[in-house]
Amino acid sequence: MDEHGGADPGTLGVDSPWQQAAVVRRWEPEADTDPDAGAERESPAVSATVPRARREDEAAVRSAVYREVQDSAAFREVRARYRGFAFPAAAVFVSWYLLYVVMATTAPGLMAHQVAGQLNVAMVAGLAQFATTFLLTWAYARHARLRRDRAALDLRWTLATRTGQERVR
Amino acid sequence: MTAQWAGQLTGQQMGPRTGVAYLAEGTGDHQGLAIVLFTLFVSVTLAITAWAGRRRSSSVEFFAGGRLFTPAENGFAIAGDYMSAASFLGISGLIALFGYDGLLYSVGFFVAWLVVLMLIAELVRNVGRYTLADVLSARMRHRPVRIAAGTASVTVSILYLVAQMVGAGSLVGLLLGGTGAARTWTVIGVGALMVVYVSFGGMRATTWIQIVKTVLLMGGTIALTVMVLVKFHGNVDGLLRAAVTGSGQGEAFLAPGLKYGGSGTSRLDFISLGLALVLGTAGLPHILSRFYTVPTARSARRSVVWAIGLIGAFYLMTIVLGFGAAAMVGSDTVRASNEAGNTAVPLLAEELGGGSGTTGGAVLFAVVGSVAFATILAVVAGITLASSASVAHDLYATVRRSPRHAARGEAGNPSGQMEEDEVRVARFSAVGIGAVAIALSLLAQDQNIAFLVGLAFAVAASANLPSLLYSLFWRRFTSKGAVWSIYGGLIPALTLVVLSPVTSGEADSLFPGVDFHVFPLENPGLVSIPLGFLAGWLGTLLTREPADEVAFAETEVRSLTGAGAV
Repeated sequence: MDEHGGADPGTLGVDSPWQQAAVVRRWEPEADTDPDAGAERESPAVSATVPRARREDEAAVRSAVYREVQDSAAFREVRARYRGFAFPAAAVFVSWYLLYVVMATTAPGLMAHQVAGQLNVAMVAGLAQFATTFLLTWAYARHARLRRDRAALDLRWTLATRTGQERVR
Repeated sequence: MTAQWAGQLTGQQMGPRTGVAYLAEGTGDHQGLAIVLFTLFVSVTLAITAWAGRRRSSSVEFFAGGRLFTPAENGFAIAGDYMSAASFLGISGLIALFGYDGLLYSVGFFVAWLVVLMLIAELVRNVGRYTLADVLSARMRHRPVRIAAGTASVTVSILYLVAQMVGAGSLVGLLLGGTGAARTWTVIGVGALMVVYVSFGGMRATTWIQIVKTVLLMGGTIALTVMVLVKFHGNVDGLLRAAVTGSGQGEAFLAPGLKYGGSGTSRLDFISLGLALVLGTAGLPHILSRFYTVPTARSARRSVVWAIGLIGAFYLMTIVLGFGAAAMVGSDTVRASNEAGNTAVPLLAEELGGGSGTTGGAVLFAVVGSVAFATILAVVAGITLASSASVAHDLYATVRRSPRHAARGEAGNPSGQMEEDEVRVARFSAVGIGAVAIALSLLAQDQNIAFLVGLAFAVAASANLPSLLYSLFWRRFTSKGAVWSIYGGLIPALTLVVLSPVTSGEADSLFPGVDFHVFPLENPGLVSIPLGFLAGWLGTLLTREPADEVAFAETEVRSLTGAGAV
């Protein structure tokens, strides 16, 4: 799967699609094709029989768009928001769970300490694990819905129109 | 045709008399009612299979059920895939026998879902098509990675399948009087049914069977829990006090240490198990493939939220049931019925209905038995589907595809012919997997099922999770790293199991006669999970050419935005 192949002007005789793709264009129905597509433009119905060179060319354009988006501020923002929540949260709940397991196995005396009635520290900690899991689930879903979904959808739309990759099925 | 077939199956189990005749005999004969209920469930599921099987069988239809399930439906199905007999019978049994140490199990099973929710579900939905291997091969060299991931998926699935089918065998042993022949026929019957579900119904039938099963299981669990709480007038403290008395262990019953507190080895063993549980869920192939039945990453996330709600409520209720069984049945009675505690909930149900010998007791016992059976059947179908997808879509398709073909980079766009082939191969491989699982289950009949599941989780966490996380988040991860991390987790995990007391050296080992165990722990997770991560890291460092930046850009952007996702 060598996607660099299409970017080589020597073999294809076209301008480098890397630079072409870097130019921000307004969306048009067929604006996402490469510069010399006019010579051999075909309908989507026969795209399965596209010559190999052309397919690689399209792949190169697509890769260029993806790399450009990966470097864009909008995408960095989405990624930072996702990682900014998911990574610390994962670190917290995994350590909290491991602490709980290690405590339960190495310090049963402390865990057996009675809190109220039959409730001991171990029971409270176990129920707290359930509670934090529910709480984090709610917080993550809310964060994703309010802070990430819209921006991600915008990016998806941008990419779909610029690569022509999204088909209606 | 389907009803007739179901009749034959149950006929084999219960001899010449019909279920209704059993019912008429009245008190004490829970078997007849159990068989009637179970036959009903089998008929409904076979009807679903027949209905789903009438659709045309494209690969999207077969492997992903058309991708148009709603988050709530998929959430119920995920919960159905996850709440296995090991949870329903195994965990509440462990709580009934060992008190708090059984509860530790369920916490691990539950917290694991946060890993799935935050790090896996959405990204995997965006990047892959049907299987775990799709996610890895999105940015890796195709062949070796796919073959490695496919092998690991099939291994995990078969371990998990064996656990479920052993559960089915021991359940029938209890319901039908426990002759060896009944157990054997049940294992074979369950295996045959799951093959029918999967090969004829594909993902659509499997998903609906999961949904029906979740509704039944939740209904049954809620009913029992309410009855236990009513019995104690809503006084949880009173329930716990009665459990302490019923256990015969005193206050130690409510504190950790009864099962895992013995030696340093058994404590370490539990930590190992805990690690495997919390990291393993995210690497289970049949859970991952569920995310492809919904259209977008957002609906994958919402399905997991649904699933977490259902699973959390379920585990909280199994705690009540476990302590309830200790309080009302007594730990010694449970142990006398089944050494591993798997029969605690059916016994509790009998007690709640009025005790052994009463009609109410017989009815509840039968209901719980059938619900557990439905649970096993559904889970088994889900796993079989996932593993046959791996065989067909990862292994077969990769081996068959010629290098010239692969060089065109048509990974995301196989021809129609290829798709048809894959579906056909998946249908047949379901038969093969069924046969292997039946054979292994007959071998492993006396293992505690919760423990067997722990083993499957350890292998999933060691072989699947490291490569999955690296390939989603690590820019420099290479094909070599992926292959190394899969085999670097899979091989140590399996080797350590072979060298552990599970296989040899102890009275309850697989081969009790010989002793070649050199690894002291029953669960390999503590060693094999870090090894999987380490191997992936080393393999990447030792790759001479750098990672494919372009492929990573595409994967990363796609994973977070859904652009280009199918």
